[in-house]
Amino acid sequence: MEIVVCIKQVPDTTEVKLDPKTNTLIRDGVPSIINPDDKAALEAALELKEKVGGNVTVVCMGPPQADVALREALAMGCDNAVLLSDRNFGGSDTYATAHILAAGLRHIGYDIVFAGRQAIDGDTAQVGPQLAEQLKIPQVSYATGIQVEGNTVTVKRQIEDRYYLMQTQTPCLITVLSEFGKPRYMTVGGIVDAYQKEITVLGFEDLKDKLVPEHIGLKGSPTNVRQSFAKQAKGTGTVLNVSPDEAVKAIMEKLIEKHVI
Amino acid sequence: MIDFALTKEQLLQQELFRKFAETEIKPLSRDMDEAEEYSMELVQKMQKAGFFGIPYSRDYGGAGADVLTYTLCMEEVSKVDASTGITISVHTSLCCACINEFGSEEQKQKYLRPLVSGEKIGCYSLTEPNAGTDASGVQTEATKDGDYYILNGSKVFTTNSGFADTFVVFALTDKTLGPKGMSAFIVERGTEGLSVGRNIPRCGIRAASNCEVAIQNVRVHKSQMLGREGQGYKIAMTALGGGRIGIGAQAVGIAQGAINETMKYVKERKQFGKRISQFQNTQFKLAEMQTKVDAARLMVWRAARAKDLHQNYAPLAAMCKLYASEVANDVTRECVQLFGGYGYSREYPVERAFRDAKITEIYEGTSEAMKMIISGAMKVK
Repeated sequence: MEIVVCIKQVPDTTEVKLDPKTNTLIRDGVPSIINPDDKAALEAALELKEKVGGNVTVVCMGPPQADVALREALAMGCDNAVLLSDRNFGGSDTYATAHILAAGLRHIGYDIVFAGRQAIDGDTAQVGPQLAEQLKIPQVSYATGIQVEGNTVTVKRQIEDRYYLMQTQTPCLITVLSEFGKPRYMTVGGIVDAYQKEITVLGFEDLKDKLVPEHIGLKGSPTNVRQSFAKQAKGTGTVLNVSPDEAVKAIMEKLIEKHVI
Repeated sequence: MIDFALTKEQLLQQELFRKFAETEIKPLSRDMDEAEEYSMELVQKMQKAGFFGIPYSRDYGGAGADVLTYTLCMEEVSKVDASTGITISVHTSLCCACINEFGSEEQKQKYLRPLVSGEKIGCYSLTEPNAGTDASGVQTEATKDGDYYILNGSKVFTTNSGFADTFVVFALTDKTLGPKGMSAFIVERGTEGLSVGRNIPRCGIRAASNCEVAIQNVRVHKSQMLGREGQGYKIAMTALGGGRIGIGAQAVGIAQGAINETMKYVKERKQFGKRISQFQNTQFKLAEMQTKVDAARLMVWRAARAKDLHQNYAPLAAMCKLYASEVANDVTRECVQLFGGYGYSREYPVERAFRDAKITEIYEGTSEAMKMIISGAMKVK
């Protein structure tokens, strides 16, 4: 089975700050990591490989520095790594990114495609679903569990208040939640191997037959960011230094006052 | 000289060690120290991640990384738990090193492979009640009996012995020859007559397993002898020569870990209406400490690099161990001082670092033994 995982290299937003003047992310000196949901997708792919066999290829669109993210994925146990990198790809929004990824995936070949639910820098949760649309394959999003028998894929899909058990056929695309499970560690030997492997780099020239040039990059992106702003911090709230019984009473009174109960 | 930077691969290894140490080891270190017992679950997790075969060839199931990478592991784990450092170190750079450097192909397949691929744990049994720095004082005997040797004696402070599967045991095959009559044997746990006693209560590295080992009529086949008869002392000293690089890295880790904890604390703790990090005394102390730790780390890396390049690393290893262990003791003492009373309490990790640091000046060769090696290499007579 050809298993493909799409990952994104993102700034570690736990260490990111906003520039108060421009409202853009200050990326200088912030470490880059594999997006957490994508790491869960890697775990899902590697577990699937352990059960049904096959190959896991990890794909990332990004600048040459995204090489590190791919090495990490290799060190976790992926077999091959592909970097989609070209100046023409720069500035792509989710639509254009999905268009380029789709071209890359047609080039590589796939039975099951995994992606993380959403990236912690953009938080759109759009690229996975858009990619499935571009490839014209079925998709199941928000997966926390996957079983594959033959061509049948059963996915446990989690939304806010319930689970769905969904069934589909390969080829298909699944977006994975971090709740899927704790991603495995790299291994020391895996890192040694990862640096002995070649990372395949695909650029515009390699993929031009499989994409529409007008649909990539900044020019091919229908999304425009009109304004970005920092969320207003919430107030500190009210602190009551009282006994538990009095606290319960105070909370209940407040809830009744606000017509919550 | 090119530069002092790690390669991309080494940086990724460092990230793995750091993340693993923070997530898997740090939450357990205090409890393991209090209980004076190492977590076997943690050992298994580290075996799975490849921490027990770092500088050994893929041909035998090792990770195939270099000695420098091994020092990165030692530093990162020792930052949060020095007991983990010595557990990995004795297995890797004493037990496995003896077999890797002096074992036959058959011995490597049979004994080294399970050790470096993460199935078994090894230990190294040289020290005896009357043979410490003067290892030539070993009294354990190995008497030949046909194709077998019969071993008798007793060992102390055998790290990992509480749970190790494979023991490298040093014994005299010829008592009249002194150190030249010493030989090394691979003995498996469960061999009749080999019994592991109590974990000796200690000041620091309390989670590690440092037990007494009693050897009574232990019968080992001649195929379990490492190298030749009489080569034991050389084998023991060669392993210790490399092991010291790991201890240097452990000492650097203990010191850096204590600095990191102190940095957090001094930015929070307020006295006289100021954060104590605002006092110049604090700033200067931390500056001095970090300078020493950086110097020690560079010495460790230099020794590791020399071993990777098959150069004469032994004096460099002795220097890095001597210096780093002294730095670890100086730094942890100062960190406790910056913490004040809380630093002395067992609620904060600098107290443990302070206790753990002391052993780095003693085991795998005391500071005095290091000075003997260094002055010897300088040909001072």
